[in-house]
Amino acid sequence: MAAAYELRCRECGKRYENAPLSICDECFSPLEVFCDLDAARHTFTREAIADGPSSMWRYQALLPVPDDYVPSTPAGWTPLLRAPRLAERIGARNLWLKNDAVCLPTLSFKDRVVAVALANAQTFGFDTVGCSSTGNLANAVAAGAARLGLKAYILVPADLEAAKILNTQVYGATLVRIDGNYDHVNRLCSQIADRYNWGFVNVNLRPYYAEGSKTVGFEIAEQLGWRLPDNVVVPMAGGSLIVKIRKAFKELIALGLVEEKEVRFFGAQATGCSPIATAVKTGAEHIEPQRPTTIARSLAIGNPADGIYAARAIRESGGWAEDVSDVEIVSAIQELAETEGVFTETAGGVTTAVTARLYAHGRIHPDELTVSCITGNGLKTTDVLEGAYEQHAAIRPRLGDFETYLDDRKEEGELVGGGEYVR
Amino acid sequence: MSVRVLLPNAFQKHTNGTREIQSSAGNLPALITEMETTFPALRSHLRDESGQVRKFINFYVNEEDIRFLGNEKYSFQDGDEVLVIPSIAGGSFADGDTRFAQDLPLRLRSGQATRRAHFAQKQDRGTCRCCSYCGQEECICGD
Repeated sequence: MAAAYELRCRECGKRYENAPLSICDECFSPLEVFCDLDAARHTFTREAIADGPSSMWRYQALLPVPDDYVPSTPAGWTPLLRAPRLAERIGARNLWLKNDAVCLPTLSFKDRVVAVALANAQTFGFDTVGCSSTGNLANAVAAGAARLGLKAYILVPADLEAAKILNTQVYGATLVRIDGNYDHVNRLCSQIADRYNWGFVNVNLRPYYAEGSKTVGFEIAEQLGWRLPDNVVVPMAGGSLIVKIRKAFKELIALGLVEEKEVRFFGAQATGCSPIATAVKTGAEHIEPQRPTTIARSLAIGNPADGIYAARAIRESGGWAEDVSDVEIVSAIQELAETEGVFTETAGGVTTAVTARLYAHGRIHPDELTVSCITGNGLKTTDVLEGAYEQHAAIRPRLGDFETYLDDRKEEGELVGGGEYVR
Repeated sequence: MSVRVLLPNAFQKHTNGTREIQSSAGNLPALITEMETTFPALRSHLRDESGQVRKFINFYVNEEDIRFLGNEKYSFQDGDEVLVIPSIAGGSFADGDTRFAQDLPLRLRSGQATRRAHFAQKQDRGTCRCCSYCGQEECICGD
């Protein structure tokens, strides 16, 4: 049984019945889902959750979906991995990765939010759904819509990479290429949602969509044995994920599933688009919009709607925010892959590089239990690694050629311990 | 001089369903005043307790965020289209150089990750004030 839930304005508190709405008609501020925790107290228990499915739907009692909703896709329940080799490299001793690079079905944390959004699209009777996206969300909406038999309109900037377009169109979605940048696409979606009776997951379904992010926090706590970490490092685009993970922890505390603890939240952005990190660093109460110029496209929101909430959550928790350059992002992608076998996209490169910097600057103590959130798969942004690795000429299938190859590499200093294992 | 102003659905409760107006306002403050005069019911919703326009309301002129054009200092041009939209989120596409990987020599070898940070600092000193790994402005973890 799902808990009762409703929409409320984050600013003026006005309450709304459940509807495809994301903006308060009194003060034009964002709406948010509020779950009735008292109603969930008897259903959202460790035992009930343990008996649930191996997916994010084990937390269905605190997600805004109807009581009788039957999920169609097992999104979430991704690995929480110890990261000892990366930890050693960056001066940490208790570092973990929440690895949504392997989130099903489309390999990013967007599968979680889309799962909740599309459940509500069905509830509200939409037969057509849509979104604006630079890749991850497009993939997730297209796949989810196909699974549920919904029509999907995905709006993207015209110059989106071919791979991202293919990974959306393969699901049968209608892909609309817009002659403009992503801000233009996003604004157009807002206008379309005003005009057409469609469910746009990140516009009129946004309050429900955003709640899906709580499952990252629920999973971290459960996978740590029902305890909270000391620190969480989270990539920030619109700023919603970091706020929702914190909300998840607070809900777990309120329901007595974990001991009360103030987890410190650290936000990660690319320097080329860092409006939230800038606000945290300067102590500003407002977000100054930026024109994004970064390879971390999935984080490149110049005017993040949840920015002030993210900055506030970081400050209240005693955390901090950092931003890193594009070169550092690529280096961090490589570092994470080499040390932990996790290939992440650019957003994960941002998180990893920022995590390293937080240790280097002494903002996180090496012994503190710290979770770094990896939100997407590296196969989606291979373009940033073009030219990163030299391809040597092919050799003949002869042992002599192989040994010559090893000697050549040794001379070039590319081999470590070459010949050590020769019998 | 006339500009076309498109209003969001969220306003319509206070504008008797009006979705679009023509305005002769010369700039944003004048436009907001005109909107409040035309739709008195909108005023208390458009501004917060201190009289400031609420922070989640964005104005765009011909698809450009007015804050990038000078905000209240921007003078509307005849034929401008002004779009009023409460904050939304979901991503933004880079306007600038995104083909970074092809522009920089990233022939990095396995096992040299710490050198990468040094490399990163050297290549990107304009935006990176210190090394990610050692935290020093003069990097100590590279070669």
